[in-house]
Amino acid sequence: MKSAVITFPGSNCNRDMAVALEKITGNKPEMVWHQETNFSDVDFIALPGGFSFGDYLRCGAISARSNVMKEIVKRAKAGVPTFGVCNGFQVLTETELLPGALMRNAGLRFVCRDVHLRVDNNTSMFSNAHDKGEVIKIPVAHHDGNYFASEDKISALEDEGRVVFRYCDANGDVTKVANVNGSINNIAGVVNRKGNVLGMMPHPERMIEPALGGSDGVKLFQSVLNTLG
Amino acid sequence: MKARIHVTLKNGVLDPQGKAIEHALAGLGFDGVNEARQGKFIELELAETDKDKAHAAVEDMCKKLLSNTVIENYSIDLE
Repeated sequence: MKSAVITFPGSNCNRDMAVALEKITGNKPEMVWHQETNFSDVDFIALPGGFSFGDYLRCGAISARSNVMKEIVKRAKAGVPTFGVCNGFQVLTETELLPGALMRNAGLRFVCRDVHLRVDNNTSMFSNAHDKGEVIKIPVAHHDGNYFASEDKISALEDEGRVVFRYCDANGDVTKVANVNGSINNIAGVVNRKGNVLGMMPHPERMIEPALGGSDGVKLFQSVLNTLG
Repeated sequence: MKARIHVTLKNGVLDPQGKAIEHALAGLGFDGVNEARQGKFIELELAETDKDKAHAAVEDMCKKLLSNTVIENYSIDLE
């Protein structure tokens, strides 16, 4: 499985993403700068976390209009698996590859801590190594992760089982207290209708070995590897 | 020509920053503020001199970059 990690000015999780991909898939990903108009044919595209373009205008707004994103939108629409974490998720909503928007956290604070997530969909290519309802612990680090979408978009996401991860407590209960940022229905990660684009605020790439505090992020990459080989 | 653009959150979209402003104003003793909503103001200096053409161009800019129409409205003033 060949992958690419896209880097914007202000990305800061691109190396973590590359380390995770190399460790789990065995192949070093290609690092692609945002000004590129083309890059190798890869099986998997990762948009990392960070504060691309200083979060100017809106988080992810400037990146979403970059050269490389025009190419990525084309490929993602053609079915290439595309994965956005944190700022990467914001970029994916700004390109409209994923519905909704990530707004300022309801508590107005930057939240940086480990959170529990419940895997509500274990049939996606990003989550098939998980059990349904499995509870994992991985970190969040964001100021704008409050997932919002119009009522009809939320119903469609829910009806079609496209909410992959939800903020929950240690027992897997989806509660208001466990909702770190005020997201509608505790939504932490969603896939597109085709199932090849996932965006999520928490950082699985930062939880891939015990030295980092845990390995709960491994299964996401393992799922992708299982699917793509 | 100058274009002045206001970008505001749509009705029904929660505005936690507006809420914080509301509470801070109340804390300072400014009573009677029923609601505060925060938005953005963008000013553009345009080369275009035809008002209709300028408006169409700015509208396109608002749709493609300056606002996120999922959550925001925009209004344009030309001068």
